[in-house]
Amino acid sequence: MSEAVIEFRDFSFRYRAQKEPTIKNINLTINKGEKVLIVGPSGSGKSTLAHCLNGLVPFAFPGEITGEYLINGQNPEDLGIFGLNKMIGTVLQDTDGQFIGLTVAEDIAFALENDCVEQAELFKRVEEAAELVSVKDLLHNSPRELSGGQKQRVSMAGVMVDDVDILLFDEPLANLDPATGKRAIALIDEIHERRKSTIIIIEHRLEDVLYRDVDRIILINDGMIVGDMTPDELLATDLLIKNGIREPLYLAAIRHSGAKISAEQKPQHIESMKLDDISEAVKEWFHEVDIPEEPVSDEVQLEVENLSFSYTSKKKVLSDISFKINKGEMLSIVGKNGAGKSTLANLICGFLEPEHGKILFNGTDLSTWSIKEHGEHIGYVMQNPNQMISKPMIFDEVALGLVVRGVPEDEIKSRVYNVLKICGLYQFRNWPVSALSFGQKKRLTIASILVLDPEIIILDEPTAGQDYKHYTEIMEFLKKLNKESGITIIMITHDMHLMLEYTHRAIVIADGHKLTDDTPAKVLTDEETADKAYLKKTSLYDLALKCGIDEPSEFVERFIWFENQEVRND
Amino acid sequence: MSRVLSYVEKDTWIHRLSGVTKLVFFLLWSITSMVSYDTRVLAVMLVLSVVIFKASKTSWKQVGSVFKFIMFFLCLNVLAIYIFSPEQGVKIYGTKHVLVSLAGNYDLTKEQLFYELNVILKYFTVIPAVLMFIVTTDPSEFAASLNKIGVSYYIGYAVAIALRYIPDVQDDYAKIKRAQEARGIEMSKKAKFMDRVKSIAAIIFPLIFSSMDRIDVVSNAMQLRGFGKNRRRTWYSAKPLKKNDWVALTFTVIFCVGAFIITFINGSRFYNPFV
Repeated sequence: MSEAVIEFRDFSFRYRAQKEPTIKNINLTINKGEKVLIVGPSGSGKSTLAHCLNGLVPFAFPGEITGEYLINGQNPEDLGIFGLNKMIGTVLQDTDGQFIGLTVAEDIAFALENDCVEQAELFKRVEEAAELVSVKDLLHNSPRELSGGQKQRVSMAGVMVDDVDILLFDEPLANLDPATGKRAIALIDEIHERRKSTIIIIEHRLEDVLYRDVDRIILINDGMIVGDMTPDELLATDLLIKNGIREPLYLAAIRHSGAKISAEQKPQHIESMKLDDISEAVKEWFHEVDIPEEPVSDEVQLEVENLSFSYTSKKKVLSDISFKINKGEMLSIVGKNGAGKSTLANLICGFLEPEHGKILFNGTDLSTWSIKEHGEHIGYVMQNPNQMISKPMIFDEVALGLVVRGVPEDEIKSRVYNVLKICGLYQFRNWPVSALSFGQKKRLTIASILVLDPEIIILDEPTAGQDYKHYTEIMEFLKKLNKESGITIIMITHDMHLMLEYTHRAIVIADGHKLTDDTPAKVLTDEETADKAYLKKTSLYDLALKCGIDEPSEFVERFIWFENQEVRND
Repeated sequence: MSRVLSYVEKDTWIHRLSGVTKLVFFLLWSITSMVSYDTRVLAVMLVLSVVIFKASKTSWKQVGSVFKFIMFFLCLNVLAIYIFSPEQGVKIYGTKHVLVSLAGNYDLTKEQLFYELNVILKYFTVIPAVLMFIVTTDPSEFAASLNKIGVSYYIGYAVAIALRYIPDVQDDYAKIKRAQEARGIEMSKKAKFMDRVKSIAAIIFPLIFSSMDRIDVVSNAMQLRGFGKNRRRTWYSAKPLKKNDWVALTFTVIFCVGAFIITFINGSRFYNPFV
């Protein structure tokens, strides 16, 4: 007999500042020891639901609750946020920001300190918790010295040190590279096995979470539960696509082939999925798809020659990197967090000076150019748009680069309007920046770079933290820009979907060296390269092999081409 | 990249002292230096400051830019004193030895020079103590110390967390600055001073906004882990007072009491070499 730890009955919640409720009439029961995945697009209410569980709603974000909800049989409104903390531990998505202590040990101890646990006891329990997630060797390191994955482990330890029996993970994969994400999911699974905790994961990267079994998926959209079933059942429906969640790539490929997916085939993992008659359909589809050749320019625009760099004399961040980029290319620079890809971008933009080697732009050596001169040819778009926007009004923000260059006023006006049209922001030209959504702000920062007419733009993680809809929106925009104005686009990313779907070439950096320079389909179907670069082999590869297709990378390429055609026709 | 004004772990006897000791030293030292205009006391303090600063093995890189900044204010301060009260020294010491006569009542007197020398001495006795305190005290231990001497842990934690985020904000600053420079906002010395001041706004706004995001995240994270639940809390990083701490505290108290006695024994805060 299972015991309910979380119960919502006809539950709704409306934020004080909003007219409409964000959560509408939810009925949901989660039992002790269950592992539940909550998925939904941005703005679907899934984060609000998480906040209801951990008490940020209504204690930090006030609003109006109707209906009933119980946690461990008690009313959260009576428990207060601190009472809830004792039952539910939350691991937030921002691994950097949630780090409170100055060292790992202090951070893990934080909750206990607030409970006035004596120092000797603190030392003991911190050590135990650190052991659990294997960060014991890092106890005296500062957060800055940790990798993204390690930071997340520390956050988990900081929550588990308190013996909570429900663990809530708010987008645990958001800032991790694919391989680290995979390990995080495995760790969560281990904890689930060992401590028999109830686990709730909130994510939109479905395929990555399903790397390990979950008991149930709850699909949320528009504040309502639109699906509450086992993964196998849900994956057999078209509910995911309808609600803006990307289904696993292998399932998308199977659907393209026209084959039907049913829960009996166990579609949760490609490795164990029963393919039977699907194989033939997929194979047939593979032979039918034919990719037309696309003309590529062979005019070399950017040339990196034997580039090396180090911040301190000891360790080289980049060593002996060479490659050429042609005009009008759209390519990605990939590798795990801290591999040196951002440093490479900083060198190309002139923010840093190379230790050895040189960078040529249209044949000219860039070493004597100032940052400002670099900026006129090679634009750089930061990951976080809030770190770039410095004017309160949209027009002024885009005009900034022209104003400081002393461009005449009417020329500024026409150039800004033109760029705003390209970026789909023209109707907002007289609005304040604060009225824009995150995706629009991203486009605004791109606009403020485009207005300077650069020949290359470099984007740092252009889609980080975006759900499928916004991801597609931003990437389709960039693709159009690349096609129509012939601008070269270089993206720094660890998003495998992005590199696969939107770039024709990937330069893989691992530990400061160039590992490969090949098509993304080849990179992601080569186990060794994928491993070294902390990427993950794509599930399409497994599907291809299982269906008896012996050119998996060709299969991946055809799939991507086919998908892109579909997006365009939508 | 070296970080200005942040705690750096080193192994010296100063680093090993408890935060409470260093805080008490820092407070008493500053008060003494502020109160006393006794040149003899200040001179001794100056020597001790330098010795302690050396002992803390603080490198110039850690504090150089801040030091220059303070020097700038020191010069402003000294000039302002002369401009606004050129006769201050004469008033204090009761005699007037004119060195150079300038326009109006702007005479350059020995007394004024001596008075301003004392002001400069004060700066130099406090600066090493402040810098040393900041770079040798683990911020969380500092918070623990503040709490121990009776300050609410909210305040202690606010300070600690500000220090925790200084490096992050510095990183953000560098990133934003580069991106803005690439857009054409000139930050280097090539630009005119006023233009540079205006350009700073282009960095400050994004910096403030991204820092606000950080505050949001961290305050939620703290609440979710029970911060503010009780009236008191314990500290993982609290260091109990050891023998060396008691020695340092005793010395500090004796020294400061002595300094006060010497300062006030002749009836005023000033040491007068002119009579």
